[in-house]
Amino acid sequence: MEKFVTLTSVAAPLPEADVDTDIIFPARFLLLLDKVGLGKHLFHERRHAPGGASTDFVLNTPPFDAAKILVADANFGSGSSREQAVWALSDFGIRCVIAPSFGEIFYSNCFKNGVLPVVLTGEAHRNAMSAAASGQPFVVDLESQTVMFPNGPAVPFEIDPYRKRALMLGLDEIGGILAEDADDIASFEARHRASQPWLFLDDGRLDQLFDETEPS
Amino acid sequence: MSAHTLYDKVWQQHVVKQYDDGTSLLYIDRHLVQEVSSPQAFAGLVAEDRKLVRPAAHIAVADHAVPTRLRHLPLPDGLASRQVARLQENCARFGVHYVGMNDNRHGIVHVIGPELGFTLPGATLVCGDSHTSTHGAFGAIAFGIGASECECVFATQTLRQKRQRTMRVTLNGALQPGVAVKDIILALIARIGTNGGVGHAIEYAGPAVATLSMEARMTLCNMSIEAGSRVGMIAPDATTIAYVRGRKLAPKPEQQAAAEAYWLSLASDADAVFDREVELDVSALVPHVSWGTNPGETAPVSSRIPDPALEADPARRAKMERSLHYMALQPGMRLDEIAIDKVFIGSCTNGRIEDLRLAAEVVAGRHVAPSVSGIVVPGSASVRLQAEAEGLDRVFIDAGFEWRDAGCSMCVAMNDDRLQPGERCASTSNRNFEGRQGQGGRTHLMSPAMAAAAAVSGHLVDVRSLKAAS
Repeated sequence: MEKFVTLTSVAAPLPEADVDTDIIFPARFLLLLDKVGLGKHLFHERRHAPGGASTDFVLNTPPFDAAKILVADANFGSGSSREQAVWALSDFGIRCVIAPSFGEIFYSNCFKNGVLPVVLTGEAHRNAMSAAASGQPFVVDLESQTVMFPNGPAVPFEIDPYRKRALMLGLDEIGGILAEDADDIASFEARHRASQPWLFLDDGRLDQLFDETEPS
Repeated sequence: MSAHTLYDKVWQQHVVKQYDDGTSLLYIDRHLVQEVSSPQAFAGLVAEDRKLVRPAAHIAVADHAVPTRLRHLPLPDGLASRQVARLQENCARFGVHYVGMNDNRHGIVHVIGPELGFTLPGATLVCGDSHTSTHGAFGAIAFGIGASECECVFATQTLRQKRQRTMRVTLNGALQPGVAVKDIILALIARIGTNGGVGHAIEYAGPAVATLSMEARMTLCNMSIEAGSRVGMIAPDATTIAYVRGRKLAPKPEQQAAAEAYWLSLASDADAVFDREVELDVSALVPHVSWGTNPGETAPVSSRIPDPALEADPARRAKMERSLHYMALQPGMRLDEIAIDKVFIGSCTNGRIEDLRLAAEVVAGRHVAPSVSGIVVPGSASVRLQAEAEGLDRVFIDAGFEWRDAGCSMCVAMNDDRLQPGERCASTSNRNFEGRQGQGGRTHLMSPAMAAAAAVSGHLVDVRSLKAAS
């Protein structure tokens, strides 16, 4: 995973609450099998008029078409679990989203892809939104957990220590679990199987179900 | 010994280890795999040369992209066909059991998991789909995950997670005739907001929950994510046990007594403390419909569309204005005068047998309005067969509905079942987001009986007035 340490970029303002993952990445593009190259479908309906022409949506408008930061509003990324929403943002170039609150699965998906979601509320969020509109660059620094607005003070934000470390080091979470926790998982599994054996379907129930011929 | 909630009890039973940073490594018992969120997860295994550690913990099925008609024909070549084929290939390669499109066990993941007994009380269950909260109706910790987390479950059978805070939603009273569990969850979301449950695992409790069937409990838990909660749970009771008993993947006879005794022990202790409490008297509820572009923008069908000008919060006011513009509606309009073009009855929210019975009861002896076309899409092949055995297919067909094969269909519009730009739909699905049922389509969420009533009336209508008139 790409590391996230510090980021300096203009920030695109998107002052709209409840931007769900269907808006970020419409469902019909979920038929694509890859996670690369999805940026062209990001906010598809907002960026393209019905005939296909570009709209004046903020991410179509210089300098924000090159923004690596998006300042969004409450409940950004609510709705579906589609990680394509994050892949599309990342492919477009967005590495940091600032909002008062996020959809929970979207928030979690960001950390798997080197994208930093920053929660700013109240006055700090309002300042971020108006500072973004100026088109001057923000500085996001993960180590110190601050966002610096153009001509403004550094504003602190909260983040789980584990997620911060994973982003800063670009950790491979799965590799880490396999390397460090495999023995613990094996011994847990043995205990779990002893106490709730019905949870383990390698006892023949699954094979039996699928061996039955049920013509439709 | 302190008192514990249902969520705490199931969580504790699955903690492999606790890290110093407050996260836990959580063991995942079950994983439902579908075609949309799995290709990139399987590709990750291949790229890193990783094993899928426990094939018997997964069942795969294609539900989002599959057509709901002409299923005996090969899929037309295209993106959907390739996505379904990819799932099948990945399952063969990694030894995962795959349910084919024309198999009698086929259906939407969240419908077939419970039907097969794959969904069990006290388990942890995940799927790359946000409506995985459905399975919490059985007292499982069940939540939607992204593709990266699907890959983690394939490779490690675990996820690194932070324990959620808990919220108890106590439902008091009894529903009035014509009012459904869908109205409860829509009213709840309207009350607490679409992010009202973020960070919380919801437990639904109280006298109104105790009387609900498993089908109704699944509808309730299904839409927890629309209130922002990944997890919605209900404590296992006699209703749960009666549903699970005898299912193909239920505990073997010699394990049954121990399993059931354990499941009944999972109920929240009487003095357990929740981080947040919400109460709702359901006896005062009336049928609800959504008017905007998120499920929180919902109101009683007898009311009028709210006026954004009266909303004090500027962000919320702007959102309301945007919603009304997209929906082509005016403040002050009566909801029950909104004319519709399409009706969709189905989805993981309301595609179960009980839902079809409730809709058929309204439709019987009536006909879909001339300006309306409607489709009924059972949640699974098993639901379809049961409905056909009961003659419900005839009721719908005689009334002018199309009767389809199972799948997600017009809830997510990834197959051919979609609205045209500007079309307006009365839908039993879970999301009324912009474009959700097709680019430019307009969705009104409601219960199956309400959608059936809208179909025969040509406009949104209180199903109870229809009953009185007939």
